[in-house]
Amino acid sequence: MSDEEINMEILLDHYRSPRNYGKIEKPSVELVEYNPVCGDAVQFTLKIENGILTDVKFIGRGCSVSQGAASMLTERVKGKSTEEVMNIGPQEILSNIGLNLGPSREKCALLSLNALQKSVRKYRDGEK
Amino acid sequence: MLTSDEVKQDFPIFETLGDGYAYLDNAATTQKPRSVLDAIHNFYTSQNSNVYRGIYRLSEDATDSYHKARRNIAEFIGSGNPDSLIFTRNATESLNLVASSLGKGLRPGDEVLISIMEHHSNIVPWQLWLPAGVKLKYADIDSEGHLDMESFQENLTGRTKIVSLVHESNLLGTINNAMEIGRIAHDNGAVFILDGAQSVPHMPVDVERLGCDFLAFSGHKMLGPMGIGCLYGRMDILEKMPPFLGGGEMIREVYRDHSVWNDVPQKFEAGTPNVAGAIGLSAAVDYLRSYGMENVRSHEKRLMKKTFDLEQEAGIPELISYGPRELENRGGIYSFNIGKIAPMDLESQILEESSLKIGSAVHPHDVASSLDGDKIAVRSGHHCAMPLTHRLGVVATSRASYYIYNSESDVENLFQAIANVAVKYHER
Ligand SMILES: Cc1ncc(COP(=O)(O)O)c(C=O)c1O
Repeated sequence: MSDEEINMEILLDHYRSPRNYGKIEKPSVELVEYNPVCGDAVQFTLKIENGILTDVKFIGRGCSVSQGAASMLTERVKGKSTEEVMNIGPQEILSNIGLNLGPSREKCALLSLNALQKSVRKYRDGEK
Repeated sequence: MLTSDEVKQDFPIFETLGDGYAYLDNAATTQKPRSVLDAIHNFYTSQNSNVYRGIYRLSEDATDSYHKARRNIAEFIGSGNPDSLIFTRNATESLNLVASSLGKGLRPGDEVLISIMEHHSNIVPWQLWLPAGVKLKYADIDSEGHLDMESFQENLTGRTKIVSLVHESNLLGTINNAMEIGRIAHDNGAVFILDGAQSVPHMPVDVERLGCDFLAFSGHKMLGPMGIGCLYGRMDILEKMPPFLGGGEMIREVYRDHSVWNDVPQKFEAGTPNVAGAIGLSAAVDYLRSYGMENVRSHEKRLMKKTFDLEQEAGIPELISYGPRELENRGGIYSFNIGKIAPMDLESQILEESSLKIGSAVHPHDVASSLDGDKIAVRSGHHCAMPLTHRLGVVATSRASYYIYNSESDVENLFQAIANVAVKYHER
Protein backbone atom coordinates (compact mmCIF):
# COMPACT_ATOMS: atom_id res chain seq x y z
CA MET A 1 0.00 0.00 0.00
CA SER A 2 1.17 3.52 -0.78
CA ASP A 3 1.33 6.20 1.92
CA GLU A 4 -1.74 7.79 0.41
CA GLU A 5 -3.65 4.50 0.66
CA ILE A 6 -2.55 3.92 4.24
CA ASN A 7 -3.58 7.45 5.22
CA MET A 8 -6.93 6.94 3.50
CA GLU A 9 -7.45 3.76 5.51
CA ILE A 10 -6.60 5.59 8.73
CA LEU A 11 -9.08 8.34 7.93
CA LEU A 12 -11.79 5.85 6.98
CA ASP A 13 -11.14 3.96 10.20
CA HIS A 14 -11.74 7.14 12.19
CA TYR A 15 -14.85 7.76 10.11
CA ARG A 16 -16.26 4.28 10.63
CA SER A 17 -15.41 4.09 14.34
CA PRO A 18 -14.89 7.62 15.60
CA ARG A 19 -12.91 8.16 18.81
CA ASN A 20 -14.26 10.38 21.59
CA TYR A 21 -17.69 10.32 20.04
CA GLY A 22 -20.50 11.60 22.23
CA LYS A 23 -21.28 14.42 24.62
CA ILE A 24 -19.67 15.35 27.91
CA GLU A 25 -22.11 15.83 30.79
CA LYS A 26 -21.91 19.39 32.13
CA PRO A 27 -19.19 20.58 29.75
CA SER A 28 -17.20 23.76 30.28
CA VAL A 29 -18.30 24.82 26.84
CA GLU A 30 -20.17 23.45 23.85
CA LEU A 31 -20.47 24.63 20.28
CA VAL A 32 -21.92 23.56 16.93
CA GLU A 33 -20.14 24.34 13.69
CA TYR A 34 -21.81 23.82 10.37
CA ASN A 35 -21.07 24.16 6.69
CA PRO A 36 -24.32 25.12 4.94
CA VAL A 37 -22.95 24.22 1.52
CA CYS A 38 -22.54 20.51 2.14
CA GLY A 39 -24.37 20.14 5.45
CA ASP A 40 -21.34 18.85 7.34
CA ALA A 41 -21.76 19.52 11.04
CA VAL A 42 -19.86 18.90 14.25
CA GLN A 43 -20.72 19.64 17.85
CA PHE A 44 -17.93 19.82 20.41
CA THR A 45 -18.22 19.53 24.17
CA LEU A 46 -15.09 20.42 26.16
CA LYS A 47 -13.99 20.01 29.74
CA ILE A 48 -11.40 22.63 30.62
CA GLU A 49 -9.63 22.63 34.00
CA ASN A 50 -6.85 25.10 34.87
CA GLY A 51 -6.29 25.87 31.21
CA ILE A 52 -6.01 22.20 30.29
CA LEU A 53 -8.38 20.42 27.96
CA THR A 54 -8.99 17.42 30.19
CA ASP A 55 -11.74 15.95 28.05
CA VAL A 56 -13.18 16.53 24.61
CA LYS A 57 -15.96 14.81 22.73
CA PHE A 58 -17.73 15.43 19.46
CA ILE A 59 -20.80 14.35 17.62
CA GLY A 60 -21.37 15.15 14.01
CA ARG A 61 -22.59 14.33 10.60
CA GLY A 62 -21.08 14.56 7.20
CA CYS A 63 -18.49 13.15 4.85
CA SER A 64 -15.58 10.91 5.76
CA VAL A 65 -13.14 13.83 5.70
CA SER A 66 -15.06 16.12 8.05
CA GLN A 67 -15.94 13.37 10.51
CA GLY A 68 -12.67 11.44 10.29
CA ALA A 69 -10.72 14.67 10.82
CA ALA A 70 -12.84 15.53 13.86
CA SER A 71 -12.10 12.17 15.43
CA MET A 72 -8.37 12.50 14.75
CA LEU A 73 -8.38 15.99 16.20
CA THR A 74 -9.93 14.91 19.49
CA GLU A 75 -7.17 12.34 19.98
CA ARG A 76 -4.56 14.96 19.26
CA VAL A 77 -5.77 17.65 21.67
CA LYS A 78 -6.90 15.73 24.73
CA GLY A 79 -4.70 16.75 27.69
CA LYS A 80 -3.22 19.74 25.84
CA SER A 81 -3.40 23.31 27.14
CA THR A 82 -5.90 25.66 25.55
CA GLU A 83 -2.88 27.69 24.45
CA GLU A 84 -1.59 24.73 22.47
CA VAL A 85 -5.01 24.12 20.97
CA MET A 86 -5.20 27.70 19.78
CA ASN A 87 -1.79 27.43 18.17
CA ILE A 88 -2.66 24.51 15.90
CA GLY A 89 -2.51 25.74 12.33
CA PRO A 90 -4.54 24.40 9.42
CA GLN A 91 -1.41 23.03 7.74
CA GLU A 92 -0.77 20.80 10.72
CA ILE A 93 -4.21 19.22 10.39
CA LEU A 94 -3.83 18.69 6.67
CA SER A 95 -0.41 17.09 6.92
CA ASN A 96 -1.64 14.89 9.74
CA ILE A 97 -4.37 13.60 7.44
CA GLY A 98 -1.75 13.21 4.74
CA LEU A 99 -4.05 13.13 1.73
CA ASN A 100 -4.06 15.31 -1.33
CA LEU A 101 -7.52 16.70 -0.64
CA GLY A 102 -7.78 19.69 -2.94
CA PRO A 103 -9.17 23.07 -1.86
CA SER A 104 -12.86 22.21 -1.57
CA ARG A 105 -12.36 19.20 0.64
CA GLU A 106 -9.75 20.96 2.75
CA LYS A 107 -12.72 22.94 4.09
CA CYS A 108 -14.26 19.66 5.26
CA ALA A 109 -10.99 18.71 6.93
CA LEU A 110 -10.74 22.03 8.77
CA LEU A 111 -14.33 22.26 9.99
CA SER A 112 -13.52 20.58 13.30
CA LEU A 113 -10.41 22.68 13.96
CA ASN A 114 -12.50 25.80 13.47
CA ALA A 115 -15.16 24.41 15.77
CA LEU A 116 -12.67 23.50 18.46
CA GLN A 117 -10.84 26.83 18.40
CA LYS A 118 -14.15 28.68 18.41
CA SER A 119 -15.17 26.65 21.44
CA VAL A 120 -12.03 27.66 23.31
CA ARG A 121 -12.60 31.29 22.38
CA LYS A 122 -16.17 31.05 23.56
CA TYR A 123 -14.98 29.57 26.84
CA ARG A 124 -12.44 32.34 27.33
CA ASP A 125 -15.00 35.04 26.52
CA GLY A 126 -17.34 33.48 29.09
CA GLU A 127 -14.64 33.55 31.74
CA LYS A 128 -14.02 37.28 31.46
CA MET B 1 -25.95 8.91 -35.68
CA LEU B 2 -23.20 10.53 -33.75
CA THR B 3 -20.04 8.64 -32.81
CA SER B 4 -18.59 9.96 -29.60
CA ASP B 5 -15.12 8.55 -30.26
CA GLU B 6 -14.88 10.60 -33.44
CA VAL B 7 -16.28 13.67 -31.72
CA LYS B 8 -13.67 13.33 -29.00
CA GLN B 9 -10.85 13.75 -31.50
CA ASP B 10 -11.95 17.31 -32.12
CA PHE B 11 -11.32 18.19 -28.47
CA PRO B 12 -7.64 18.74 -27.60
CA ILE B 13 -8.27 18.42 -23.86
CA PHE B 14 -9.02 14.72 -24.19
CA GLU B 15 -5.51 14.19 -25.54
CA THR B 16 -4.23 15.86 -22.39
CA LEU B 17 -6.52 13.93 -20.07
CA GLY B 18 -5.66 10.63 -21.70
CA ASP B 19 -7.74 7.59 -22.53
CA GLY B 20 -10.39 6.44 -20.17
CA TYR B 21 -11.08 9.78 -18.55
CA ALA B 22 -14.84 10.27 -18.29
CA TYR B 23 -15.75 13.94 -18.09
CA LEU B 24 -19.31 13.86 -16.76
CA ASP B 25 -19.77 17.39 -15.46
CA ASN B 26 -21.17 18.94 -18.62
CA ALA B 27 -24.04 20.63 -16.85
CA ALA B 28 -21.39 22.74 -15.11
CA THR B 29 -19.31 23.46 -18.18
CA THR B 30 -18.31 21.75 -21.41
CA GLN B 31 -15.03 21.12 -23.23
CA LYS B 32 -14.05 23.13 -26.31
CA PRO B 33 -13.46 21.79 -29.82
CA ARG B 34 -10.45 22.87 -31.84
CA SER B 35 -12.59 25.02 -34.16
CA VAL B 36 -13.70 27.18 -31.23
CA LEU B 37 -10.16 27.56 -29.91
CA ASP B 38 -8.98 28.44 -33.43
CA ALA B 39 -11.69 31.04 -33.92
CA ILE B 40 -10.67 32.80 -30.71
CA HIS B 41 -7.00 32.57 -31.61
CA ASN B 42 -7.68 33.94 -35.09
CA PHE B 43 -9.56 36.89 -33.73
CA TYR B 44 -6.71 37.87 -31.45
CA THR B 45 -4.04 37.28 -34.08
CA SER B 46 -5.74 38.92 -37.06
CA GLN B 47 -8.64 41.16 -36.06
CA ASN B 48 -8.15 42.34 -32.52
CA SER B 49 -9.42 45.90 -32.11
CA ASN B 50 -12.36 47.52 -30.40
CA VAL B 51 -15.72 47.26 -32.11
CA TYR B 52 -17.98 50.12 -33.27
CA ARG B 53 -15.55 52.95 -32.50
CA GLY B 54 -12.91 52.66 -35.19
CA ILE B 55 -13.12 54.19 -38.63
CA TYR B 56 -10.16 52.08 -39.64
CA ARG B 57 -10.29 48.80 -41.46
CA LEU B 58 -9.19 46.54 -38.59
CA SER B 59 -11.95 47.76 -36.33
CA GLU B 60 -14.49 47.46 -39.12
CA ASP B 61 -13.46 43.82 -39.61
CA ALA B 62 -13.85 43.12 -35.90
CA THR B 63 -17.25 44.81 -35.88
CA ASP B 64 -18.30 42.79 -38.89
CA SER B 65 -17.27 39.51 -37.21
CA TYR B 66 -19.12 40.50 -34.07
CA HIS B 67 -22.31 41.18 -36.09
CA LYS B 68 -21.98 37.89 -37.93
CA ALA B 69 -21.64 36.03 -34.64
CA ARG B 70 -24.79 37.68 -33.35
CA ARG B 71 -26.74 36.78 -36.49
CA ASN B 72 -25.48 33.18 -36.46
CA ILE B 73 -26.38 32.58 -32.81
CA ALA B 74 -29.78 34.28 -33.19
CA GLU B 75 -30.55 31.96 -36.11
CA PHE B 76 -29.44 28.97 -34.07
CA ILE B 77 -32.22 29.63 -31.55
CA GLY B 78 -34.75 30.41 -34.24
CA SER B 79 -34.77 34.19 -34.19
CA GLY B 80 -34.76 35.88 -37.58
CA ASN B 81 -33.74 39.21 -36.05
CA PRO B 82 -30.14 39.44 -34.83
CA ASP B 83 -30.98 42.56 -32.81
CA SER B 84 -33.12 40.41 -30.52
CA LEU B 85 -29.96 38.76 -29.19
CA ILE B 86 -28.09 40.56 -26.42
CA PHE B 87 -24.60 39.44 -25.47
CA THR B 88 -23.93 39.04 -21.76
CA ARG B 89 -21.34 37.20 -19.71
CA ASN B 90 -23.48 34.13 -19.00
CA ALA B 91 -27.00 32.92 -18.30
CA THR B 92 -26.80 34.38 -14.82
CA GLU B 93 -26.16 37.86 -16.17
CA SER B 94 -28.90 37.40 -18.76
CA LEU B 95 -31.41 36.56 -16.04
CA ASN B 96 -30.20 39.46 -13.92
CA LEU B 97 -30.57 41.80 -16.87
CA VAL B 98 -34.16 40.84 -17.48
CA ALA B 99 -35.06 40.69 -13.77
CA SER B 100 -33.46 44.04 -13.06
CA SER B 101 -35.02 45.80 -16.02
CA LEU B 102 -38.51 44.26 -15.94
CA GLY B 103 -38.53 44.45 -12.15
CA LYS B 104 -38.54 48.26 -12.34
CA GLY B 105 -42.04 48.03 -13.78
CA LEU B 106 -43.40 45.88 -10.94
CA ARG B 107 -45.65 47.35 -8.23
CA PRO B 108 -46.06 46.21 -4.62
CA GLY B 109 -48.23 43.11 -4.62
CA ASP B 110 -47.26 42.06 -8.15
CA GLU B 111 -46.16 38.46 -8.38
CA VAL B 112 -43.36 36.57 -10.08
CA LEU B 113 -43.98 32.87 -10.53
CA ILE B 114 -41.01 30.49 -10.74
CA SER B 115 -40.64 26.81 -9.83
CA ILE B 116 -38.93 24.93 -7.04
CA MET B 117 -36.53 23.42 -9.59
CA GLU B 118 -34.86 26.73 -10.50
CA HIS B 119 -31.15 27.35 -10.50
CA HIS B 120 -30.16 30.10 -8.03
CA SER B 121 -29.71 32.43 -10.99
CA ASN B 122 -33.46 32.33 -11.60
CA ILE B 123 -34.31 32.79 -7.92
CA VAL B 124 -31.97 35.36 -6.40
CA PRO B 125 -32.40 38.12 -9.06
CA TRP B 126 -36.14 38.04 -8.30
CA GLN B 127 -35.55 38.00 -4.54
CA LEU B 128 -33.82 41.36 -4.98
CA TRP B 129 -37.29 42.82 -5.62
CA LEU B 130 -38.83 41.47 -2.40
CA PRO B 131 -38.05 44.69 -0.49
CA ALA B 132 -40.12 46.55 -3.13
CA GLY B 133 -43.14 44.48 -2.15
CA VAL B 134 -42.98 42.04 -5.06
CA LYS B 135 -44.07 38.50 -4.22
CA LEU B 136 -42.08 35.46 -5.35
CA LYS B 137 -44.07 32.27 -5.76
CA TYR B 138 -42.89 28.73 -6.39
CA ALA B 139 -44.67 26.04 -8.37
CA ASP B 140 -43.92 22.62 -6.88
CA ILE B 141 -42.78 19.36 -8.49
CA ASP B 142 -44.56 16.02 -8.39
CA SER B 143 -43.07 12.86 -6.90
CA GLU B 144 -41.28 12.01 -10.15
CA GLY B 145 -39.75 15.43 -10.60
CA HIS B 146 -42.07 16.87 -13.22
CA LEU B 147 -43.42 20.33 -12.80
CA ASP B 148 -46.69 19.95 -10.89
CA MET B 149 -49.17 21.66 -13.20
CA GLU B 150 -51.83 21.85 -10.51
CA SER B 151 -49.45 23.69 -8.24
CA PHE B 152 -48.47 25.92 -11.14
CA GLN B 153 -52.10 26.84 -11.82
CA GLU B 154 -52.78 27.44 -8.13
CA ASN B 155 -49.90 29.88 -7.91
CA LEU B 156 -50.84 31.75 -11.05
CA THR B 157 -53.06 34.70 -10.12
CA GLY B 158 -54.33 37.95 -11.52
CA ARG B 159 -51.23 39.60 -10.03
CA THR B 160 -48.76 37.28 -11.79
CA LYS B 161 -46.81 39.62 -14.07
CA ILE B 162 -43.86 37.36 -14.83
CA VAL B 163 -43.47 33.59 -15.23
CA SER B 164 -39.82 32.54 -15.30
CA LEU B 165 -39.01 28.88 -15.69
CA VAL B 166 -36.08 26.58 -16.25
CA HIS B 167 -36.39 24.74 -19.57
CA GLU B 168 -34.33 21.75 -18.43
CA SER B 169 -33.53 21.29 -14.75
CA ASN B 170 -29.80 21.07 -14.09
CA LEU B 171 -30.43 18.67 -11.22
CA LEU B 172 -33.41 16.52 -12.21
CA GLY B 173 -32.91 16.61 -15.96
CA THR B 174 -36.62 17.36 -16.27
CA ILE B 175 -37.54 18.98 -19.58
CA ASN B 176 -40.45 21.30 -18.98
CA ASN B 177 -43.21 21.77 -21.49
CA ALA B 178 -42.25 25.33 -22.31
CA MET B 179 -44.82 25.74 -25.06
CA GLU B 180 -47.75 24.88 -22.84
CA ILE B 181 -46.53 26.95 -19.91
CA GLY B 182 -45.84 29.87 -22.20
CA ARG B 183 -49.38 29.70 -23.49
CA ILE B 184 -50.82 29.65 -19.97
CA ALA B 185 -48.57 32.53 -18.92
CA HIS B 186 -49.58 34.61 -21.92
CA ASP B 187 -53.29 33.87 -21.43
CA ASN B 188 -52.76 35.27 -17.97
CA GLY B 189 -51.14 38.40 -19.39
CA ALA B 190 -47.72 37.55 -17.96
CA VAL B 191 -44.30 37.82 -19.56
CA PHE B 192 -42.72 34.38 -20.09
CA ILE B 193 -38.98 33.92 -19.48
CA LEU B 194 -37.16 30.67 -20.17
CA ASP B 195 -33.84 29.70 -18.59
CA GLY B 196 -32.30 27.75 -21.46
CA ALA B 197 -28.88 27.19 -19.86
CA GLN B 198 -29.35 23.41 -20.03
CA SER B 199 -31.68 23.16 -23.03
CA VAL B 200 -30.05 25.27 -25.75
CA PRO B 201 -26.83 23.19 -25.63
CA HIS B 202 -28.63 19.85 -25.78
CA MET B 203 -31.72 19.99 -27.98
CA PRO B 204 -33.31 22.00 -30.79
CA VAL B 205 -34.64 25.23 -29.29
CA ASP B 206 -36.70 27.62 -31.38
CA VAL B 207 -37.91 30.78 -29.69
CA GLU B 208 -40.62 31.41 -32.27
CA ARG B 209 -42.01 27.91 -31.95
CA LEU B 210 -41.79 27.89 -28.13
CA GLY B 211 -43.31 31.34 -27.93
CA CYS B 212 -41.09 32.54 -25.10
CA ASP B 213 -40.55 36.26 -24.58
CA PHE B 214 -37.02 35.78 -23.23
CA LEU B 215 -34.44 33.01 -23.37
CA ALA B 216 -31.23 33.02 -21.32
CA PHE B 217 -28.22 30.76 -21.96
CA SER B 218 -24.46 30.46 -21.47
CA GLY B 219 -21.81 29.90 -24.15
CA HIS B 220 -19.51 27.78 -21.99
CA LYS B 221 -22.16 25.10 -21.50
CA MET B 222 -22.42 24.58 -25.27
CA LEU B 223 -18.78 24.14 -26.30
CA GLY B 224 -18.16 27.89 -26.43
CA PRO B 225 -15.76 29.91 -24.28
CA MET B 226 -16.40 31.14 -20.76
CA GLY B 227 -17.44 34.75 -20.32
CA ILE B 228 -20.01 34.93 -23.10
CA GLY B 229 -23.73 34.36 -22.74
CA CYS B 230 -26.92 35.51 -24.41
CA LEU B 231 -30.31 36.88 -23.71
CA TYR B 232 -32.87 36.62 -26.47
CA GLY B 233 -35.82 38.98 -26.05
CA ARG B 234 -38.89 39.91 -28.02
CA MET B 235 -38.08 43.18 -29.79
CA ASP B 236 -41.24 45.07 -28.77
CA ILE B 237 -40.59 44.32 -25.10
CA LEU B 238 -36.85 45.02 -25.28
CA GLU B 239 -37.51 48.40 -26.86
CA LYS B 240 -39.70 49.45 -23.95
CA MET B 241 -37.41 48.14 -21.23
CA PRO B 242 -35.08 50.46 -19.28
CA PRO B 243 -31.34 49.68 -19.55
CA PHE B 244 -29.48 47.37 -17.19
CA LEU B 245 -25.95 48.79 -16.90
CA GLY B 246 -24.90 52.28 -17.88
CA GLY B 247 -21.76 53.40 -19.75
CA GLY B 248 -20.23 53.43 -23.19
CA GLU B 249 -21.89 51.79 -26.22
CA MET B 250 -25.32 51.74 -24.60
CA ILE B 251 -25.89 55.47 -25.16
CA ARG B 252 -26.41 57.60 -28.22
CA GLU B 253 -25.91 60.98 -26.54
CA VAL B 254 -24.78 61.96 -23.06
CA TYR B 255 -25.46 65.34 -21.44
CA ARG B 256 -24.68 66.56 -17.95
CA ASP B 257 -28.03 65.56 -16.55
CA HIS B 258 -29.39 62.92 -18.88
CA SER B 259 -28.59 60.55 -21.72
CA VAL B 260 -30.30 59.15 -24.77
CA TRP B 261 -30.20 55.37 -25.00
CA ASN B 262 -28.84 53.55 -27.98
CA ASP B 263 -31.01 51.08 -29.93
CA VAL B 264 -31.53 47.45 -28.94
CA PRO B 265 -29.32 45.42 -28.52
CA GLN B 266 -26.58 48.01 -27.81
CA LYS B 267 -28.84 49.60 -25.18
CA PHE B 268 -28.20 46.51 -23.04
CA GLU B 269 -24.50 46.06 -23.82
CA ALA B 270 -22.62 48.67 -21.80
CA GLY B 271 -18.86 48.82 -22.24
CA THR B 272 -16.47 46.93 -24.48
CA PRO B 273 -18.08 43.59 -25.27
CA ASN B 274 -16.47 40.16 -25.29
CA VAL B 275 -15.93 40.07 -29.04
CA ALA B 276 -13.63 37.04 -29.02
CA GLY B 277 -16.18 35.26 -26.86
CA ALA B 278 -19.00 35.98 -29.28
CA ILE B 279 -16.89 34.74 -32.19
CA GLY B 280 -15.93 31.62 -30.24
CA LEU B 281 -19.56 30.92 -29.39
CA SER B 282 -20.53 31.38 -33.01
CA ALA B 283 -17.93 28.74 -33.94
CA ALA B 284 -19.41 26.44 -31.28
CA VAL B 285 -22.84 26.91 -32.82
CA ASP B 286 -21.40 25.96 -36.24
CA TYR B 287 -19.84 22.88 -34.70
CA LEU B 288 -23.10 21.78 -33.05
CA ARG B 289 -24.99 22.46 -36.25
CA SER B 290 -22.64 20.18 -38.18
CA TYR B 291 -24.05 17.28 -36.12
CA GLY B 292 -27.55 18.65 -35.88
CA MET B 293 -29.30 19.30 -32.57
CA GLU B 294 -31.73 16.43 -33.18
CA ASN B 295 -28.73 14.10 -33.25
CA VAL B 296 -27.21 15.65 -30.15
CA ARG B 297 -30.51 15.06 -28.37
CA SER B 298 -30.87 11.45 -29.51
CA HIS B 299 -27.28 10.68 -28.55
CA GLU B 300 -28.01 11.86 -25.01
CA LYS B 301 -31.25 9.91 -24.96
CA ARG B 302 -29.24 6.79 -25.78
CA LEU B 303 -26.87 7.54 -22.92
CA MET B 304 -29.80 8.04 -20.54
CA LYS B 305 -31.35 4.77 -21.64
CA LYS B 306 -28.04 3.06 -20.96
CA THR B 307 -27.97 4.79 -17.57
CA PHE B 308 -31.41 3.52 -16.59
CA ASP B 309 -30.60 0.02 -17.85
CA LEU B 310 -27.33 -0.17 -15.92
CA GLU B 311 -28.97 1.25 -12.81
CA GLN B 312 -31.42 -1.67 -12.95
CA GLU B 313 -28.78 -4.27 -13.69
CA ALA B 314 -26.18 -3.08 -11.19
CA GLY B 315 -28.55 -3.44 -8.24
CA ILE B 316 -26.41 -1.20 -6.05
CA PRO B 317 -27.91 -1.23 -2.56
CA GLU B 318 -29.54 2.04 -1.52
CA LEU B 319 -28.85 3.74 -4.84
CA ILE B 320 -31.48 6.46 -5.22
CA SER B 321 -31.85 8.62 -8.30
CA TYR B 322 -34.02 11.58 -9.13
CA GLY B 323 -36.03 12.94 -12.03
CA PRO B 324 -38.46 11.64 -14.66
CA ARG B 325 -37.89 8.18 -16.07
CA GLU B 326 -39.45 8.65 -19.49
CA LEU B 327 -36.78 9.69 -21.96
CA GLU B 328 -39.04 12.15 -23.78
CA ASN B 329 -39.07 14.51 -20.79
CA ARG B 330 -35.57 13.82 -19.60
CA GLY B 331 -32.25 15.38 -20.56
CA GLY B 332 -28.84 13.77 -20.09
CA ILE B 333 -28.51 14.56 -16.41
CA TYR B 334 -28.39 11.89 -13.72
CA SER B 335 -28.44 12.91 -10.06
CA PHE B 336 -28.14 10.19 -7.47
CA ASN B 337 -27.34 9.31 -3.89
CA ILE B 338 -26.22 6.26 -2.03
CA GLY B 339 -28.65 6.32 0.87
CA LYS B 340 -30.43 9.43 2.01
CA ILE B 341 -28.81 12.09 4.14
CA ALA B 342 -31.35 14.64 5.27
CA PRO B 343 -30.46 18.32 5.22
CA MET B 344 -29.88 20.07 8.50
CA ASP B 345 -29.35 23.55 9.79
CA LEU B 346 -28.13 24.98 13.06
CA GLU B 347 -31.60 24.86 14.56
CA SER B 348 -31.93 21.14 14.08
CA GLN B 349 -30.17 19.17 16.77
CA ILE B 350 -27.44 16.76 15.88
CA LEU B 351 -28.64 13.64 17.63
CA GLU B 352 -25.97 11.65 19.36
CA GLU B 353 -27.51 8.35 18.46
CA SER B 354 -28.66 8.92 14.95
CA SER B 355 -26.35 11.60 13.69
CA LEU B 356 -23.20 9.79 12.74
CA LYS B 357 -25.33 6.91 11.73
CA ILE B 358 -26.23 8.29 8.40
CA GLY B 359 -26.74 4.55 8.18
CA SER B 360 -25.03 3.04 5.22
CA ALA B 361 -25.47 6.28 3.28
CA VAL B 362 -22.39 7.71 1.63
CA HIS B 363 -21.95 11.46 1.60
CA PRO B 364 -21.97 12.88 -1.97
CA HIS B 365 -18.55 14.44 -1.34
CA ASP B 366 -17.15 11.02 -0.69
CA VAL B 367 -18.86 9.73 -3.81
CA ALA B 368 -17.31 12.44 -6.00
CA SER B 369 -13.85 12.01 -4.47
CA SER B 370 -13.96 8.29 -4.93
CA LEU B 371 -15.15 8.59 -8.54
CA ASP B 372 -12.37 11.09 -9.18
CA GLY B 373 -9.94 8.37 -8.15
CA ASP B 374 -11.47 6.24 -10.91
CA LYS B 375 -11.00 9.04 -13.49
CA ILE B 376 -14.63 10.05 -13.55
CA ALA B 377 -15.50 13.71 -13.09
CA VAL B 378 -18.92 14.23 -11.50
CA ARG B 379 -20.15 17.03 -9.31
CA SER B 380 -21.53 16.76 -5.80
CA GLY B 381 -23.36 19.36 -3.78
CA HIS B 382 -26.58 21.29 -4.24
CA HIS B 383 -25.79 22.27 -7.85
CA CYS B 384 -26.86 25.87 -7.24
CA ALA B 385 -30.37 24.61 -6.59
CA MET B 386 -30.54 24.56 -2.80
CA PRO B 387 -34.34 24.90 -2.55
CA LEU B 388 -34.74 21.91 -4.88
CA THR B 389 -32.12 19.83 -3.07
CA HIS B 390 -33.92 20.45 0.22
CA ARG B 391 -37.27 19.79 -1.44
CA LEU B 392 -35.89 16.35 -2.31
CA GLY B 393 -35.14 15.92 1.38
CA VAL B 394 -31.39 15.56 1.01
CA VAL B 395 -28.33 17.59 1.90
CA ALA B 396 -26.74 17.13 -1.53
CA THR B 397 -26.61 14.84 -4.54
CA SER B 398 -23.96 13.58 -6.91
CA ARG B 399 -24.57 14.36 -10.55
CA ALA B 400 -23.37 12.95 -13.86
CA SER B 401 -24.23 14.99 -16.94
CA TYR B 402 -23.55 13.98 -20.52
CA TYR B 403 -22.61 15.57 -23.82
CA ILE B 404 -21.72 14.60 -27.36
CA TYR B 405 -18.23 13.28 -26.56
CA ASN B 406 -19.48 10.90 -23.87
CA SER B 407 -19.92 7.27 -24.80
CA GLU B 408 -21.80 4.29 -23.46
CA SER B 409 -18.53 3.03 -22.02
CA ASP B 410 -18.32 6.22 -19.92
CA VAL B 411 -21.70 5.23 -18.49
CA GLU B 412 -20.44 1.70 -17.83
CA ASN B 413 -17.39 3.09 -16.02
CA LEU B 414 -19.67 5.34 -14.00
CA PHE B 415 -21.72 2.46 -12.66
CA GLN B 416 -18.66 0.35 -12.00
CA ALA B 417 -17.25 3.22 -9.96
CA ILE B 418 -20.51 3.80 -8.08
CA ALA B 419 -20.56 0.11 -7.17
CA ASN B 420 -17.00 0.48 -5.85
CA VAL B 421 -17.96 3.44 -3.67
CA ALA B 422 -20.87 1.58 -2.22
CA VAL B 423 -18.60 -1.29 -1.19
CA LYS B 424 -15.79 0.92 0.10
CA TYR B 425 -17.95 2.99 2.41
CA HIS B 426 -20.62 0.46 3.28
CA GLU B 427 -18.18 -1.44 5.42
CA ARG B 428 -18.85 1.12 8.08
C1 LIG C 1 -30.41 25.72 -15.33
C2 LIG C 1 -29.28 26.69 -15.17
N1 LIG C 1 -29.53 28.00 -15.20
C3 LIG C 1 -28.55 28.91 -15.08
C4 LIG C 1 -27.25 28.54 -14.91
C5 LIG C 1 -26.22 29.59 -14.75
O1 LIG C 1 -25.23 29.51 -15.70
P1 LIG C 1 -23.94 30.42 -15.59
O2 LIG C 1 -23.25 30.03 -14.33
O3 LIG C 1 -23.15 30.09 -16.81
O4 LIG C 1 -24.39 31.82 -15.55
C6 LIG C 1 -26.94 27.18 -14.87
C7 LIG C 1 -25.56 26.75 -14.65
O5 LIG C 1 -25.25 25.88 -13.87
C8 LIG C 1 -27.98 26.24 -15.01
O6 LIG C 1 -27.73 24.93 -14.98
